[in-house]
Amino acid sequence: MATAIKDGTKVWQRRDRKAQFATWGVYLTGTAIFVYCWELISEKTTWAFVWDAPAQAGDLFARMVPPDWNSIHGLWWPIWDTLNIATLGTLMAIIIAVPVAYCAARNTTPSVAFVRPVALFIIVSSRSINSLIWALMLVTIIGPGVFAGILSIGLRSIGFCAKLLYEAIEEIDESQVEAVRATGASGGQVTAYGIVPQVLPAFAGISVFRWDINIRESTVLGLVGAGGIGLPLNAAITTLAWTQVSLILLLIIATVVAGEWVSAKVRHAII
Amino acid sequence: MSLAAALPRRWKKPPLIKRAWLRWSLALGAAIYLALAFGTTEVNWTRVWEGLPRGAKFFAAFFPPDFVSRWSEIADGILESLWMTVVATVIGIALSIPVGIGAAKNIAPAPVYYFCRGILAVSRSFQEVILAIFFVKLFGFGPFAGCVTLAFATIGFYGKLLAEDIEDMDPAQAEAVRATGAGWLQWINYGVQPQVLPRMIGLGLYRFDINFRESAVVGIVGGGGIGATLNTAFDRYEFDSAAAILLIIIAIVMVVEYSSGYLRRWVQ
Repeated sequence: MATAIKDGTKVWQRRDRKAQFATWGVYLTGTAIFVYCWELISEKTTWAFVWDAPAQAGDLFARMVPPDWNSIHGLWWPIWDTLNIATLGTLMAIIIAVPVAYCAARNTTPSVAFVRPVALFIIVSSRSINSLIWALMLVTIIGPGVFAGILSIGLRSIGFCAKLLYEAIEEIDESQVEAVRATGASGGQVTAYGIVPQVLPAFAGISVFRWDINIRESTVLGLVGAGGIGLPLNAAITTLAWTQVSLILLLIIATVVAGEWVSAKVRHAII
Repeated sequence: MSLAAALPRRWKKPPLIKRAWLRWSLALGAAIYLALAFGTTEVNWTRVWEGLPRGAKFFAAFFPPDFVSRWSEIADGILESLWMTVVATVIGIALSIPVGIGAAKNIAPAPVYYFCRGILAVSRSFQEVILAIFFVKLFGFGPFAGCVTLAFATIGFYGKLLAEDIEDMDPAQAEAVRATGAGWLQWINYGVQPQVLPRMIGLGLYRFDINFRESAVVGIVGGGGIGATLNTAFDRYEFDSAAAILLIIIAIVMVVEYSSGYLRRWVQ
């Protein structure tokens, strides 16, 4: 226990002198980095605009209420597209993520030296690139539309699903696998009856969790032309139709909250 | 009747969903949904087919990527993204601590709890890019709007996880500190904070990583950082510069991920 001498008596301290100095050092460096970065950003900021912002926000809010409820008839189709992008994208991702995760997990991979690094690279590069950037690429490559949206959501989600799934596979109970193998089961049967039942709940949980995230992500893909509710949102913002913008935002909140609710219910039922 | 005849002859794998009607209606619902979804998704296959050579050209651009001809723009964008990430993560986490403490059911009074949960729900509902569009409108183009966006999104993520972590803590330790006559701040500092700190440091680094990745997209709508450069590179079909930017992003994300694992082990 760390103590210090104060007026001749021992006093309790949380850390000893060395740890205390180290902690202060970390804080000092952190603060210095933060202040330096803040300076650089502050240089690039027009502060007059920032001070003006509350008035601007009030003005914008006044333009946005009340929402233009009549335009909702044109929004059902984009919302359906958004849900499809999220669902089909997740579906595509989990179909690809399963073999990738199988190859990436240390205990099931066919080869630690060759296959595993490739699988890990697929996971990292898929995870590093935001779905909006995937959409940006795919729209220039295969043209605008829902298909580009589905592919970009799918490509972004492969890494997420495969990472969580391979961690689940690595945590399985080996004795069950051993028991199935001891009955004389072939490799495929060992996987089907020894490994799959152990990771199936985790797998279902991961898929639903990612689906929930993907609903949120797919609301913005339309901004770069990849379909969904982002298209009318972008159109409404560019034409300064603020009452329509507020309606679309309300619709997005409702969709996201509903998706989150479904996802929480399903995960609760599984786990 | 013998026992052998009464027992089923063949073993069958137990299904994931036990209730048969639920299982079948879920399967039927999924089938109907998929049919509808595929039926209403319009894909312009000729356009996709025409785009494939362009896609091949894009992937060819990765070998080798062009770091040189747009280097000053790329370096500016990446550095700006990093500054934004640092500032936004620090401010976001600093703001999310009071919100997170307020949103923990076991230590906050009911009105504070509902208010803080409300803040978290609003912050989590919108994707960063939608927030960025509005903050750019309010604060003008540039990294400040991007910073505010990322900080706001950080509150929702970090505050929620902090609140859940505090709710899961061991109450005995917190009570022991309170029994010594500690004040509220001392109680938080010595009874609660040490229990959540290791996980929260890891999550802070994870959020740093997320903020860096998101800073690449808020630029697309004018929020500063590398996104603007990347968007321009795509619009001008300069795939080799775009490939260079993507590779730098992947490299930085990997560095952050490895150092996060290292730091977490060091803290624990």
